[in-house]
Amino acid sequence: MILVQNLLVLTIVAGIAWVAYAASRDRYWRESAREMWRRRPVALVVVAIYLVIGLLDSVAWVGGTVAEDPTAAYLPRSVIDRIFKPEALKEASYSAPLADKAFYGSDALKHPGKHWLGTDILGRDVLYRTFKGVRVALLVGGLTSLVAIPLALLFGVSAGYFGKRVDDAVFFTMTVLSSVPSLLLLIALIMVLGKGAVQVCIALGVTGWVHFCRISRGEALKLREMDYVASARVLGVSDGKIIVRHILPNMAHLVIITFALSFTGMVLTETTLSYLGIGLDGSWGQMIDQARNELSRTPIIWWNIAAAATALFALVLAVNLIADGLRDVIDPRTRRERT
Amino acid sequence: MTSAAKADAPLLEVANLTISFPGDVGLVPVVEGIGFSIARGETLAIVGESGSGKSLSALALMRLVPRPGRIAPESRVRFEGEDILGLPVPAMRAVRGAKIAMIFQEPMTSLNPVVTVGAQVVEAITLHESLSRQEARARALEMFKLVGIPDADKRLDVYPHQLSGGLKQRVMIAMALAMRPKLLLADEPTTALDATIRAQILAVIRDVAARTGTAVLIITHDFGVVNEVADRVAVMYAGQIVEEGTRHEMLRHPKHPYTQGLLRSIPRPEARGGKLEEIKGVVPRPGQWPKGCRFHTRCAFAYDRCVAEAPRRTAVTATQGVWCHFAEEGRSP
Amino acid sequence: MAAYLVRRISYGAVTVLGVLFLLFVLFFAVTNPDDIARKAVGERARPEVYVQWKKNHGYDKPLFLNREYAASNAKRYTDTLLFEHYRSMLTFDFGRSDADDTPIADRLLKGAGPSLSLTVPLFILDVVVAVAVGLFVAFFRETLIDRTVLVLCIFTMSVATLLYIIAGQYLIGMLLKWFPISGYSGDSSVIWRFLALPVIVGVISGFGSDVRLYRTIFIEEMGRDYVRTARAKGAGDARVMVAHVLRNALIPIITNVVIAIPFLFTGSLLLESFFGIPGLGAMTVEAIQGNDFATLRTMVYLGALLFILGQILTDVSYAIADPRVRLS
Repeated sequence: MILVQNLLVLTIVAGIAWVAYAASRDRYWRESAREMWRRRPVALVVVAIYLVIGLLDSVAWVGGTVAEDPTAAYLPRSVIDRIFKPEALKEASYSAPLADKAFYGSDALKHPGKHWLGTDILGRDVLYRTFKGVRVALLVGGLTSLVAIPLALLFGVSAGYFGKRVDDAVFFTMTVLSSVPSLLLLIALIMVLGKGAVQVCIALGVTGWVHFCRISRGEALKLREMDYVASARVLGVSDGKIIVRHILPNMAHLVIITFALSFTGMVLTETTLSYLGIGLDGSWGQMIDQARNELSRTPIIWWNIAAAATALFALVLAVNLIADGLRDVIDPRTRRERT
Repeated sequence: MTSAAKADAPLLEVANLTISFPGDVGLVPVVEGIGFSIARGETLAIVGESGSGKSLSALALMRLVPRPGRIAPESRVRFEGEDILGLPVPAMRAVRGAKIAMIFQEPMTSLNPVVTVGAQVVEAITLHESLSRQEARARALEMFKLVGIPDADKRLDVYPHQLSGGLKQRVMIAMALAMRPKLLLADEPTTALDATIRAQILAVIRDVAARTGTAVLIITHDFGVVNEVADRVAVMYAGQIVEEGTRHEMLRHPKHPYTQGLLRSIPRPEARGGKLEEIKGVVPRPGQWPKGCRFHTRCAFAYDRCVAEAPRRTAVTATQGVWCHFAEEGRSP
Repeated sequence: MAAYLVRRISYGAVTVLGVLFLLFVLFFAVTNPDDIARKAVGERARPEVYVQWKKNHGYDKPLFLNREYAASNAKRYTDTLLFEHYRSMLTFDFGRSDADDTPIADRLLKGAGPSLSLTVPLFILDVVVAVAVGLFVAFFRETLIDRTVLVLCIFTMSVATLLYIIAGQYLIGMLLKWFPISGYSGDSSVIWRFLALPVIVGVISGFGSDVRLYRTIFIEEMGRDYVRTARAKGAGDARVMVAHVLRNALIPIITNVVIAIPFLFTGSLLLESFFGIPGLGAMTVEAIQGNDFATLRTMVYLGALLFILGQILTDVSYAIADPRVRLS
């Protein structure tokens, strides 16, 4: 299990490197990337930081001393776990950020001044929990989209390109699925699949799939009618080759922008699910949900909700800003308007 | 100024008109320092390839240059002796549609698709004159008949998509001339139409303008159109006027190599079988205009002076002028 | 037009049947009646209780075909969960809640009023604000005003609804004490005090994406040739924006607005449950938390039904609003 997870991390890193390499060889993508870097440097850096934290939290192995963690001998711990040593740093209950004694009463903390964002009701370090949420958010937004989008592309493009029966079948499925309001569909799916990370991701994937399938079908329908596709077909180029050479490359901008938007959509939706009690364990949504009543305590306990909300907001805002920039840089429609 | 001179003063005088758009490094001029004039009732054709800035020049006369383009402060446009560019906005609105009207290249999209064509003509009238709906409608009907729309009273109540391209352009003309403007700007009015309809539309513009005493500025890339309607012609290249003169002078004795090239690239029935010439290359884009004479990169006769120095206007006759070093030196290219 | 309407409605009807099949697969095949019963009576309940519960709630029938009865009575061949599911849903006979045995239909009728009292003002305010701001920034496009509002939109879009609610309750309800934090009353003279906060929060949370949507629609219309024609006629800015741009933009706006109308009935999950409004949204949240599959099933079905209805309405209103469609 842990081996699979580490291999997955390796695959993702290799995948990112490969995409970066492939993009750098194409003049259009190289220039788009440079333009994006010029327009949205801060957002890109923020996303990169999240990505690094998420990946560091995904590489894990067994080992370490019991002083660090009683489970060290048999449970794998990630790089983030090893940096924070959550078990060793645990306090009795609440403490304010950078405080040196407990929030209620005047007991001295075990580790005064070490909790930059304070601790929660169980004495857990809030900064650590916030960092742990990064991986969950990336999983919810990124991995789900990465699985859903290729599937949606497959169905959408073949429906749009081949038309007739294939289209009828895909279109009807899409109509049925999209007739159910997406939040209700999501809830229904999670309820029948059961609560859990995999189930939630599947449910999010199915819901996101419908939306993107419709977009890619429409785009494929449009591209099919283009002159260069028609001429390729007259020349006897096979359908598969036409799709790979002419249809898919022209949808790349759409895929990227949709990916960014579906990412933020899913991360935000997860908070709603957390409130409904069917979210992912360790997500910021869950932190917010657990912390929402702490605001009515006196004196107010704000750091839990503030940390989770800020982490969530910064990630979603950065991705939204990137999506907005991408729309200007790589969407041919807005690009034409600029010139 | 004597009264005789005032009557002789042109309807429209344009001087030093410069239109620029913000580019990567500051303002990039798209039209640079052009000047021309139109007398009352006269038809001037501005001819040029796409990208020469001719449509923008027409829009500038209405102060309708699309954002973020702007007209340079040193530009002068005098209409009936009044500085159009300095008018306050409400006064300018009163000019648009009433004294200067405009029709466009795409009759398909230039009419509002969700409003009946009659109502659109009525709007053009009631914006400037407080008439009752019935009176305005009667005027619209009269205009429809004038521009030769069959079944005019029924056609008032249809939507644009129910009319053919030619009929839509007639509606546009009816709308433009409804207030009897002094000047009609026609931006490629026949380009989007079928060849068979073109002659009809040009005839409508010519005849109705003659009847209402309207001067016409027609923008075109087609010397065929020039031959049909123009009294005088100005040829534009890369944001500047390169030659101007009467129709006869320009068609028979063009002096600029560019004008000559444009004329040679028209298919002529009498020259059937002969080689159809074209001007090699394309109009350079704004911001990439060459130094010296802007045409030198495509001119077969260009020599070192053309590369180094921009030509000045040389009067060929009282009415014809050309911006070319050959004419300046009294040679022919 | 009539032929179009018939075609549109029949496609909608087929879609409803498809949705019902999807629901059947989800609620009877993916999660089966045994799971539902076990969750309802508890893991350690005696087998008789468990069997009795299944029988009471009609979960004891076979899934697709009733072969047992087929031999003796052909009529009862279709006495199965699948047919029962279609029959009950299509006749709006929703049965009883899995959680507390109350008739679902009663609760639907009771919840619709509170839901509408929240969603209708919220919806109207949302559309009016978003269209007005969208029109405003579209007019000032590419200026500082436009860019500021756009950045503001992206910021507001990046905040989770949950946080808007928490912040709204904390700031306006607890610190400023302008409105009660939550609660509801059937009395129409005080009801606005309870609805004010959820409506404000709802409008703010939808603001960003709606304004951007309408701005895009308006800017697209403003770039059209007929707008230039209107200016050339001498029409002023206000007239151009309202009589020409808005009038044309109404077509895509109607599409976006009409499709949302049916959802007014299903209410808002988060707002209702947080602000204690006893509507259908809160009812759905209760169903989720109480493993009440029968209610959930019904809510999903109604949501889909209303959505399909909304789509038909949208297409029809689109056809009415656009002369190019209406007259063809």
